[in-house]
Amino acid sequence: MLERTRTPVSGRHDCHVSIRNLHKAYGDVVAVKDVTIEVKPGEFLALLGPSGSGKTTLLMAVAGFDFPDSGRIEIGGQDVTWMPPHKRDLGMVFQRYTLFPHMSVLDNIAFPLRMRKVGRAAREERARAALATVQLEGYGDRTPAQLSGGQQQRVALARAIVYNPKVLLMDEPLSALDKKLREEMQVEIKHLQRELGISVIFVTHDQTEALTMADRIAVLNFGELQQVGAPKELYEHPASAFVAGFIGETNFWRARAKADATAGDETEVELDGGDTARVLATQAFRRDQAVQVAIRPEHVKLAPNASGMTAAIDDAIYAGSITTLLVKTKGPTLRVRLSTPDEAAATTPGGTLSLTWEARHARAYAVS
Amino acid sequence: MRRTRPAASTLAVSAVAYAVTVFLLLPTILIVPMSFGPDQYLRFPPAGFTLHWYAVYFTDADWIGATLFSVKIAVLTAIAATLIGTLISVALVRGRLPLKRLFELLVVGPVIVPNIALAIAMFLVFDRLRLTGTTLGFVAAHTALAMPFVVFTILASLYRFDSDLERAALSCGANPLQAFLLVTLPQISPGIISAALFAFIISFDEPVISFFISNLDNRSLPRKMFEDIDYNISPTLAAVATMLTALTLLALVLGHLLKRRSNHP
Amino acid sequence: MSRRPSTFMLGGRTYSPAASLLLALPFLAMIVLAFLLPLGMLLHESLFVPSFNLANYEKVFDQAVYLRVMGRTLRISAFVTIITLLLAYPLAALMARTRGLLLAILLLAVLLPLWTSVLVRTYAWLVLLQRNGVLNDILFGLHIISAPTQFLRTEGAVVLAMSHVLLPFMVLPLYAALRAIPNDYVRAAQVLGAGSLSVFRHVVLPLSLPGTSSGCLMVFLLAIGFFVTPALIGGPQQMMLATLVQQQVTELLNWPFAGALVGVLLLFVLILVIAFNRVVRLDRFVGQV
Repeated sequence: MLERTRTPVSGRHDCHVSIRNLHKAYGDVVAVKDVTIEVKPGEFLALLGPSGSGKTTLLMAVAGFDFPDSGRIEIGGQDVTWMPPHKRDLGMVFQRYTLFPHMSVLDNIAFPLRMRKVGRAAREERARAALATVQLEGYGDRTPAQLSGGQQQRVALARAIVYNPKVLLMDEPLSALDKKLREEMQVEIKHLQRELGISVIFVTHDQTEALTMADRIAVLNFGELQQVGAPKELYEHPASAFVAGFIGETNFWRARAKADATAGDETEVELDGGDTARVLATQAFRRDQAVQVAIRPEHVKLAPNASGMTAAIDDAIYAGSITTLLVKTKGPTLRVRLSTPDEAAATTPGGTLSLTWEARHARAYAVS
Repeated sequence: MRRTRPAASTLAVSAVAYAVTVFLLLPTILIVPMSFGPDQYLRFPPAGFTLHWYAVYFTDADWIGATLFSVKIAVLTAIAATLIGTLISVALVRGRLPLKRLFELLVVGPVIVPNIALAIAMFLVFDRLRLTGTTLGFVAAHTALAMPFVVFTILASLYRFDSDLERAALSCGANPLQAFLLVTLPQISPGIISAALFAFIISFDEPVISFFISNLDNRSLPRKMFEDIDYNISPTLAAVATMLTALTLLALVLGHLLKRRSNHP
Repeated sequence: MSRRPSTFMLGGRTYSPAASLLLALPFLAMIVLAFLLPLGMLLHESLFVPSFNLANYEKVFDQAVYLRVMGRTLRISAFVTIITLLLAYPLAALMARTRGLLLAILLLAVLLPLWTSVLVRTYAWLVLLQRNGVLNDILFGLHIISAPTQFLRTEGAVVLAMSHVLLPFMVLPLYAALRAIPNDYVRAAQVLGAGSLSVFRHVVLPLSLPGTSSGCLMVFLLAIGFFVTPALIGGPQQMMLATLVQQQVTELLNWPFAGALVGVLLLFVLILVIAFNRVVRLDRFVGQV
């Protein structure tokens, strides 16, 4: 409590979340394995992972709805690991809209203020202001059931920010909305977050959503933290084959190292099917070690002269501004992205082509 | 939108089903017109129309006394069973109750053990504890009997309730008690009210335990009816039966409306 | 705060074991006073008065009169279970494929008798079946009988009235089970060439089995301990277990023997519940409503 009174009202410089060595198991199933993440003040952090990756467990521990087996959670420098949720002063938006059905929209938004013993007049004024922030002026007297899904989620957002919480937690808040509305809300939430300067932890399984919204993304799989970084960093330098496959589109090609290599080396591998190619070693390999080469569709280049690695076009998938080719190699079928209409026009299914890439784009990961 | 003609077997099944429906309703419905008949014994069709037997009921101190006693017991049972049932339901759903399986069995117990067993067991114990014919004795017995139905009903509405709403309340700064009282309780209140309704009917209609734990001063309406049925089938009983059926119908419609409200908030 | 504090609520919404027990305490007190203590004392009476003995239980199985009562109880209960099953299945099947107003009416037809006092329903049968009752009038009018016939106090009358009283308990679980069968299964079977009898035998019947056994268990359990209807319709001539228990207590004050009869009744019930529990899972009534 002392901590809070010392916090200057203007800046939220020390309001950040730190999760240290968090561990949580349910029976034999380890939900979160020794995870450490720092959220900087005013930062938008996305927790990204498939279902069962532990992202929700992590969020529940930060919110106080679940306690970890070991580890420590700090908010604004204060240890809150064992603090009950209602004392943490967090805002939270849930997957389903979770508006209280028996209260009006305005009463829903004023509820956190009521719990903080704010006077009736001030309560109403601040609730109306929050309603305006989410562009729903005039909807205060309706009941939640009278609003659309998108409107309900905006009210939930207003309810979560009306008391200027230190941190806003969001648990897949847009997954119940249709695609168009979801994309609109992504931009809107991002703007609001910048405006308020609030720290956000945002759980999602949708990599596009994470790339669009987040300052940094923490990728989780089977309870383990795979990588934390800015969207660009994760896309261009994925730390593991899982991250490479989960974020953006990637072709995988099994291979065998032809020589010992250290991390960062450009080295030769023998691809499944017999071709030899130069790749970037993301970690140390020994000769003959099995590796997996990850290459993005836009990094595979095709040329008409059929020498070196050869490939045959199996099919072309036209999607407006881009065309994706499915090409048969001696190994797997690869997806190749063509971004200009000229390139696309030059391709016809059936022809044999050569296939090349820059070594730094073909990232090789050890197969465990 | 009839796509295919129903098969003969389907029609046969329906015919039997409607016959069974008539079988279910007919005996009780036949009593209604008979209760307005003027004769000293019941006959169908009645030879005229009179409210005489209703007047007999309303002016008979025995009938009215038993009715008022039953109403008192049923109201108290509804209150006690709902309070106790809500608490144990919350413990079962939201709590980490030690020996949870045992508690679940104890909740189901009174439906599984035949009423006659429970009745004479209570007769024995209440006699020794001087609870026979007392309000406390009746309410305790009827509360135990109503408990399974009350708990099933409240559990159903607790399971239907989106527990994220409770989490949302906590994240808004409500303490656990505030979250329960301001968010959970209003949401499950239709379930609690229909549980209270169940408890009231179960107590008000309960014949077996009442048969044994009534005494000369305090007897419930079902006990009074039992005596009258056994010794003289007076048409007054038909009037009472008609009124009880009407009351049940009212309670069912009320319960149905409550259920609709809880399903479509 | 480096260690987990002892809290009333775990994670804000789960009550700690101590808090849960506190919430369960009123229930526990009530169930001890009005359930465990009475049954325990009654069984104690049958086994330990004046000292431990099995004489009361031996008496139940030794004497022909009591064996006859038990035989009649089991026979009537079995008949009632079969009759209610045969009557309930078509009604439940109709309800399962009905919607809207008709379903509401059918449901009302099942629920109204269920919640109407057993005494009212038994009284109705008494009025119908008595010597100058409606059934006698009709049969006399149709010249089927020439003099008033006594239907009451016969085993048939008891079975008829009990079947009527217990029918809703069979209809409801059957209806729930049949309703839960996705219509697509039936359509799939029809597309694959099954006639309506085959669909019933190979799809509907096996899938409705849990509801069938749950209904049969419920009706049989209620029937073997039924008191009101056998007492009023059957009288002493058609004495069943429950009426025998009542007689021992109210007329003979023979508590130890009444306790033994209840003990035998509870044993029947326990065996049935344990045997059926694999199919029916009565505990799910609590867990998964």
